Amino acid sequence: MASDSVFAAVVRAPEDPILGVTVAYNKDTSPNKLNLGVGAYRTEEGKPLVLNVVRRAEQILVNDESRVKEYLGITGLADFNKLSAKLILGADSPAIQDNRVTTVQCLSGTGSLRVGAEFLARHYHEHTIYIPNPTWGNHPKIFNLAGLSVKTYRYYDPATKGLDFQGLLEDLGAAPSGAIVLLHACAHNPTGVDPTLEQWEQIRQLIRSKQLLPFFDSAYQGFASGSLDADAESVRMFVADGGECLAAQSYAKNMGLYGERVGALSIVCKAADVASRVESQLKLVIRPMYSNPPIHGASIVAAILKDSEMYREWTVELKAMADRILSMRQQLFEALSARGTPGDWSHIIKQIGMFTFTGLNSEQVAFMTKEYHIYMTSDGRISMAGLSSRTVPHLADAIHAAVTCST
Amino acid sequence: MASNVISAAASASPSACPVTDLLKGKAKLGSGNVGSLFIKDKGNPFLNSKSCGRISMAVAVNVSRFEAITMAPPDPILGVSEAFKADNDEKKLNLGVGAYRTEELQPYVLDVVKKAENLMLERGENKEYLPIEGLAAFNKATAELLFGADSPVISEQRVATIQGLSGTGSLRLAAVLIERYFPGAKVLISSPTWGNHKNIFNDARVPWSEYRYYDPKTVGLDFEGMIEDIKAAPEGSFVLLHGCAHNPTGIDPTPEQWEKIADVIQEKNHIPFFDVAYQGFASGSLDQDAASVRLFAARGMEIFVAQSYSKNLGLYSERIGAINVVCSSSDTAARVKSQLKRIARPMYSNPPIHGARIVANVVGDPALFGEWKAEMEMMAGRIKGVRQKLYDSLTSKDKSGKDWSFILKQIGMFSFTGLNKNQSDNMTNKWHVYMTKDGRISLAGLNLAKCEYLADAIIDSYHNVS
Repeated sequence: MASDSVFAAVVRAPEDPILGVTVAYNKDTSPNKLNLGVGAYRTEEGKPLVLNVVRRAEQILVNDESRVKEYLGITGLADFNKLSAKLILGADSPAIQDNRVTTVQCLSGTGSLRVGAEFLARHYHEHTIYIPNPTWGNHPKIFNLAGLSVKTYRYYDPATKGLDFQGLLEDLGAAPSGAIVLLHACAHNPTGVDPTLEQWEQIRQLIRSKQLLPFFDSAYQGFASGSLDADAESVRMFVADGGECLAAQSYAKNMGLYGERVGALSIVCKAADVASRVESQLKLVIRPMYSNPPIHGASIVAAILKDSEMYREWTVELKAMADRILSMRQQLFEALSARGTPGDWSHIIKQIGMFTFTGLNSEQVAFMTKEYHIYMTSDGRISMAGLSSRTVPHLADAIHAAVTCST
Repeated sequence: MASNVISAAASASPSACPVTDLLKGKAKLGSGNVGSLFIKDKGNPFLNSKSCGRISMAVAVNVSRFEAITMAPPDPILGVSEAFKADNDEKKLNLGVGAYRTEELQPYVLDVVKKAENLMLERGENKEYLPIEGLAAFNKATAELLFGADSPVISEQRVATIQGLSGTGSLRLAAVLIERYFPGAKVLISSPTWGNHKNIFNDARVPWSEYRYYDPKTVGLDFEGMIEDIKAAPEGSFVLLHGCAHNPTGIDPTPEQWEKIADVIQEKNHIPFFDVAYQGFASGSLDQDAASVRLFAARGMEIFVAQSYSKNLGLYSERIGAINVVCSSSDTAARVKSQLKRIARPMYSNPPIHGARIVANVVGDPALFGEWKAEMEMMAGRIKGVRQKLYDSLTSKDKSGKDWSFILKQIGMFSFTGLNKNQSDNMTNKWHVYMTKDGRISLAGLNLAKCEYLADAIIDSYHNVS
């Protein structure tokens, strides 16, 4: 029996900061505990939700005698890919009509970002990607491991709890020509702060003038405003100018398919034959990573998107989720106002999407966890999806205490 | 024209040539069609995509920034099925991809899988994210299946198990771990081996070299060559071994040979790395097919094992597998598991639930587990039956006296026919038999009815083509 391990040098990695919140939450035995960590939607009763239309689609799939489990092609389910491209770019997108878009099924948002980044590291001459400060914690890791170097551009202004637009323009303006720029299509994670359409137009002009390559992360289409089209405006604006871009799509939130890992990477190219060659190279990235993508979630999405009745049902359920979140924002804002909690809390209703960047610091967050059993990420981000009318008062109490007790 | 383009690039300062003017088409470069500079054929000196990009980007106006990207060749294995689909000949036979087919040559979804899926639907389970390491019930079941539920490596908690994206994904996680923690260490892979192994290690930047394995003279194992090459490798190398049903040859070491392989690996302080894609599918017995892995585990060695449920549970497209790392202590296993999670998170965050739940349900329910074993025996049995019929057809039709018995000695889904590339091409071009160029045929794609036709094709290709 070997007394020395070949793994002696392997140290224990820390828990993932975001997913680690749920680990800590699960360990807590308090009846008042509240999980505002991971961005997974919860109902008013605090339960995970599987959309009715998803259950319907799954029923149909499982009962389909002709259904098989053969390997998908490396790029995944063809129907799913076409429908996903239409969803984000618009059914009448000229880029799609011109066959200038290659879309490959990937493992949700993370997988789409990783495959896109690996592709750029191999085939694009600029290996720097600019990401907003702050951004989703997993972004820099994905890009670093793919072989890109990561720089940041100013984004969040703590003073206004809104967008540092001047800073954004300056930093992107100073980026080397051709650099890659990560843009959150809507419902910025973790801040919930999105540019206005006018600001998006200015960003677009700057990006195009500097030949920067936009890489959209679209994880909340339909989930942010309740409208699938409105939430895709930013992406469509860029595609409309005829330029190239990448877009990573996730169906984790808007179809509640979290654990099924469904997403897509679209690369909009200048010409159809370029798109075709790009696709062939994407396959070379994917094959040694996992060979071909998982079928189940993609089949559910395709079934829903291609059936007008199920599609309509989806939009209704999606809007209901978005509306409940808007309602939670309103309720929390009112609760803090009612308590006279010091500070301007209007950002709670100005920010959009699943998350609110409260502006609380890590000490205040630790206080809330210890004293009030509130679980959230240490950057002050809370998932509004984890709140309910019943639990808003408890959170408001916790915030109030954190702000007034700490100096 | 080229000089105009380059000078435009060099003088790309705002005052000299506002890029916005270029975008609006006010300034023209050369003939105005910059795209024509970047031709796609082999003569183009800019074909190295990285260096080309630097030039193209400086002037890229109407040119795609991906213009210089070349068309990648089709995957050699998956491309076979694509070619098969395009063939309209009614005699065509797809012996390319290793996906099981029934006697009617139809894809097969196991009954237990349908039952499990119906159960899952009835229960109405949620679709929340799995933890990064995957479904706990699956991880427990898969390690027990592999090592045996009563194995000390399990009771001593010395195995780090992470749910992975079938075999490929599990191998990839291990490859990244190797690159990080064993810098410079090599992986020894068999010659030949599954085509994607090299791609996986290349992309993970793990150096590899080959050990002799297949002996074309005997159409069997070059055991001496294998042992020599493993011995000659630098101490502390990783040795990639196929747990059973070697892909592509179908040639497995005997139990005695496995003992000697373990001996030399221990001597050289190498680390065994098993790829187990056919447990239960090769012999029909889950335990028998895990014998090689268990032999090594019983010696107290630290081992990597990648598993796949694509074939044995027919879950190909669900992408369900696992990477297991057997360590010398439970603390080490915990640390290794934490590092595997760190690799998975920036790759896909957490693995897909559906396939994992199916496996957990089948293995976790004694009735379903029993049914699964029966279905697996049936699948393995059909393949053995087809091997026998093919052998009988070859022996009765081939008058040359060539020994075709390797067909019966080989095991699993694949058979290495010994046909070379030209002969394999003849199989496809003349006989519409689709297979990989290394002479590998998938017996899973063969049925009793077509054995005689296939025998004719093989005999013709072997004797009449060089």
